Amino acid sequence: MPQELLFALYIFVLAGFLGHHVISKVPHLLHTPLMAGTNAISGISLVGSLVAAGGDFNQLSTILGCIAVACATINTVGGFMITDRMLKMFRKKGPAAAPGGH
Amino acid sequence: MGASLINFSYLIASVCFILALQGLSSPKGARRGIIIGIVGMTVAVGATLFHEKIVTYNWIIPGLIVGSIIGAAISRIPMTKMPERIAFSHAFGGLAAAFVGVSEFYTHGIHLDVVARSALGLEVFLGFLTFTGSLMAFGKLQGFITGAPVTWPGQNFTNIGMFFGSLVMLVVFVIDPSITALFYAMCGTGFLLGILAVLPIGGADMPVVISLLNSYAGLAAAATGFALGNNVLIIAGALDGTSGFLLSMMMSKAMNRSFSNVLFGAFGTGDSTGVTNVALPAGASVNQASIEDAVNVLTASQSLIVIPGYGMAVSQAQHAVRDLASALEAKGCTVKYAIHPVAGRMPGHMNVLLAEANVPYDQLFDLDDINDEFSRTDAVLVVGANDVVNPAAKKNPKSPIYGMPVFNVELARSVLVLKRSMNTGFSGIDNELFFAPNTMMVLGDAKKTLLGMVSGVKASE
Repeated sequence: MPQELLFALYIFVLAGFLGHHVISKVPHLLHTPLMAGTNAISGISLVGSLVAAGGDFNQLSTILGCIAVACATINTVGGFMITDRMLKMFRKKGPAAAPGGH
Repeated sequence: MGASLINFSYLIASVCFILALQGLSSPKGARRGIIIGIVGMTVAVGATLFHEKIVTYNWIIPGLIVGSIIGAAISRIPMTKMPERIAFSHAFGGLAAAFVGVSEFYTHGIHLDVVARSALGLEVFLGFLTFTGSLMAFGKLQGFITGAPVTWPGQNFTNIGMFFGSLVMLVVFVIDPSITALFYAMCGTGFLLGILAVLPIGGADMPVVISLLNSYAGLAAAATGFALGNNVLIIAGALDGTSGFLLSMMMSKAMNRSFSNVLFGAFGTGDSTGVTNVALPAGASVNQASIEDAVNVLTASQSLIVIPGYGMAVSQAQHAVRDLASALEAKGCTVKYAIHPVAGRMPGHMNVLLAEANVPYDQLFDLDDINDEFSRTDAVLVVGANDVVNPAAKKNPKSPIYGMPVFNVELARSVLVLKRSMNTGFSGIDNELFFAPNTMMVLGDAKKTLLGMVSGVKASE
């Protein structure tokens, strides 16, 4: 097995365990923001698309790269924005709550 | 910028992403976590812009601008459309990964090593599968495509055959890269399988499907990382992949169904064909109630538990629910909300809607935390939920939802059910609860009914 693959697999497996550990602590309450948030984070594939779109390879590569840049940006920008918008709404007993309402 | 500096920025980004997810373990630290995530993303993208292979920004800048505009625009959608929004963005994630894969293969072709070839094959297969699968899920949620499962003979056989066929193609392609047609065939089967695999899955099973597609989008990103030798992609992809996988496991568990049953079961037909119906007790009759009757019950109650379901999202009734709760709280009634893990069309759907309507999150309770309280509760208000309150899940081994954890609603003193009509729910199963002597059915649009109740409660003294 090539050394680089082994190294990459190490990272993948350990990140998976870490992900399991971190994500099982997320309460049901925040599962939708979690999905939107991981969606934003996986938009990091943008770094791969940038090189394809801006590199001097061939026309097809440039066009596909450009579309991929747009798609990944939609997920990153949109994902972070909507996650934040959702999280802003989660609050404890607010000013509008009636007294003795709990 | 030197390669090692860029790689260092990726390390920073990886740490930021992990901290961002860690922040989501409580609503308090969550927003700070998102800001850390944004910082990580900015650092990584900013550094990559100085990558030595990038010679022109002519294509990058339009992509970034168009993406940002669309991204910002679709973040303004109403909260009730959140499942559609999430499905749509999985499609973009899948497409981005697939296109980077195709571009990489087209550029380097047979010069790629074994590792890169295997990773690219997986990447385009998963990428295209996620793309079309998510678009199908989006279409089903939006109503472009029927929410009922679409089935045909030999369906599972073809789908499973296509899946293994793609694996075989991948192996052959890795051994002999000169057969480039195999690479494009894998793109094609991924594309086709995404469509065929989601068609037979019913609307009520969407929480599992959306979570699973979330996982696939992550795995496609991780495969991109393997192909490009990029660690931050591997880490982010692995985090996304495990997150989606864990969520879909939780969702199937909350329905007491195995993974394969959701994927191949074509459950939730909408009509009752193929589903064993519960024999209702002879002479069972429905206790239909007017809004006034319901108001009388509510104003006489000291404690109320609200159970929201997909119907609440459809009728956009979350604000009306909150108004009713406030009116009752003003009269000294205690209001709590019971949220089933699979209520709605995606994990956490109901929580977000109620949060939007200003319901404090310490009034929202999970199944296990509230199920013992029903016997001590005066009234239960079911808003557009059906299967999660069906006693057959506990009592009738023949019922298709037998074994699914449900709320002990029938133990409450009185139960009010808001429902559009007496039709069976998405799963097509009769609900005995609706015929119970202590249940009152208030038929009609949930929002209108609730608003009527609000004025009724406010007027009463």
